[in-house]
Amino acid sequence: MTAGARPPRRRGWWRSAARAAASHAVLVAFGILFAAPFYWLVATALKPDAQIFRMPPVWIPSPPRWENFPRALSYVPFGLYTWNTLRICTLSVAGTLLSSSLVAYSLARLHWRGRELVFASLVATMILPSQVTLIPTFAFFKALGWLGTILPLVVPPFFGSAFNIFLLRQFFLTIPAELSDAARIDGCGEWGIYRRIMLPLSRPALATVGLFTFINAWNDFLGPLMYLTDDRSYTLSLGLQRFVSQHSVEWGMLMAASCMMTMPVVVLFFLAQRTFIQGVALTGIRG
Amino acid sequence: MSRIAARRQQATGMLFAAPWLAGLAVFIAYPVAASLFYSFCAFDGIRPPRWIGLENYRRMLLEDDLFWKSLWNTLFMVGVGVPLGLVSALGMALLLNQKLRGMAFYRTIYYLPSITPVVASSILWMWLLNPDLGLVNLGLRALGAAHPPGWLNDPAWAKPALVLMGLWGVGGAMVIYLAGLQDVPGALCEAAALDGAGPLQRLRHVTLPLLSPVILFNLVMGLIGGFQYFTQAFVMTGGGPQDSTTVYALHLFNQAFLDFKMGYASAMAWVLFVVTVLCAVAVFRTSARWVYYQGEAR
Repeated sequence: MTAGARPPRRRGWWRSAARAAASHAVLVAFGILFAAPFYWLVATALKPDAQIFRMPPVWIPSPPRWENFPRALSYVPFGLYTWNTLRICTLSVAGTLLSSSLVAYSLARLHWRGRELVFASLVATMILPSQVTLIPTFAFFKALGWLGTILPLVVPPFFGSAFNIFLLRQFFLTIPAELSDAARIDGCGEWGIYRRIMLPLSRPALATVGLFTFINAWNDFLGPLMYLTDDRSYTLSLGLQRFVSQHSVEWGMLMAASCMMTMPVVVLFFLAQRTFIQGVALTGIRG
Repeated sequence: MSRIAARRQQATGMLFAAPWLAGLAVFIAYPVAASLFYSFCAFDGIRPPRWIGLENYRRMLLEDDLFWKSLWNTLFMVGVGVPLGLVSALGMALLLNQKLRGMAFYRTIYYLPSITPVVASSILWMWLLNPDLGLVNLGLRALGAAHPPGWLNDPAWAKPALVLMGLWGVGGAMVIYLAGLQDVPGALCEAAALDGAGPLQRLRHVTLPLLSPVILFNLVMGLIGGFQYFTQAFVMTGGGPQDSTTVYALHLFNQAFLDFKMGYASAMAWVLFVVTVLCAVAVFRTSARWVYYQGEAR
């Protein structure tokens, strides 16, 4: 009886093992394609010029040379640019979290005339190309005398951003209304419900919004390009781009500088990996 | 009592929404109205705008060759880059949606490029795409290509080079697909398998229909982003060679902030808006035919 049962079972095992092996092979092949640029970034940063331009190429820098990093740092005031960038990031995150959650609470839970219209405005805003508002906004900030300051970059987040309000609203809708109703019966006002019920329960969604706001501010280029006219106020993105236009063939130094700009984002990703990946599911993009 | 309560409710609601209501007025409504007005004006950003009627639009459509070229360049990025990105992100998400060991590791590697700062990844790709020493052509030569493309130095290959670089960053869309795939009930796939559907048939008739709202979301987001494609071209090529990568947003930026033709640039922005809306409407129109919402057809 075992003789009859065994062969098909074994064939099944082989089959699934072969399928798993094939899947891994494909995953590894793509993995190499996606990781290769990162490898080349680091490898080039660790090579002296002589090795960078050698043919056939030097695949593994030996020995790794760190001199490109201090050289890049001596050309670019990296510390200052990092500080400028961090300041903008922090204020953007604070502004976005505060204002977007307030507005999202209003749109998800409070009943007032015009609410639907305001919600529709959010969705419409997302389709509007930023180029349409670019020039009047620029002229407006210029008239206020804000050119060359970080204000045009950090004040707008305090007025909420359409996409984040939308995401937080979707999340607030999943929190049972019974909770806030119970609090209301106990005499809790809307502000109390927002502060003591909605915000604590929405920590994962808020973390996602905060994280992506931070990354977007860290990576932003067009904003700093338009508004930061003084090189003492440059962000990393802008500083790095200006650096390229001046040292376009010093690849070792450029790669070292790019490494230093990318590293914090990668570290942040590893620290908050679950927030990144699950946040996308949490905030309920579907539907 | 109820009237007072209703009024209070109205006030509370609007108070909580106040940041957006103010932002909508100052950062959306006013700029939209002003840019529409500027688009009919000669405006250099310093002197007050002067009404010139349809002159900006006439010049754009009839005299500015670069307008048409930049529109074509952007349409190339949208028409080629967006579908390729959608398909590869979907393929990668399907690969990652298997129950195998090490998935978190693969997912990390595929995802990281999408959060790499644009300026840093642009500089990295300038180096990778270097015709003589870049990793891409080293690889192609190793595979036997005697004369690999000149990429960013060759007008014919510069846009494909940007598309290639874009594919490296499809991790963002991929993660959204992955989230959507978690919602596809395993029971449905098993039922289809029991009925004798092969993997491809299950993909075509079960997974893809259930995933179609997510595909629509990624498509619309891809379109909106594609029409505003700017930073990579600005950093990597500055629009060259021979304006082959002068994308629409770059031409607009140069008109506004290099030549100070802000009225003209505003008119360009409105044309971009109209094109974007037309595309979005076309997508939503056809979406009724291919997007399936769970629980809708009951």
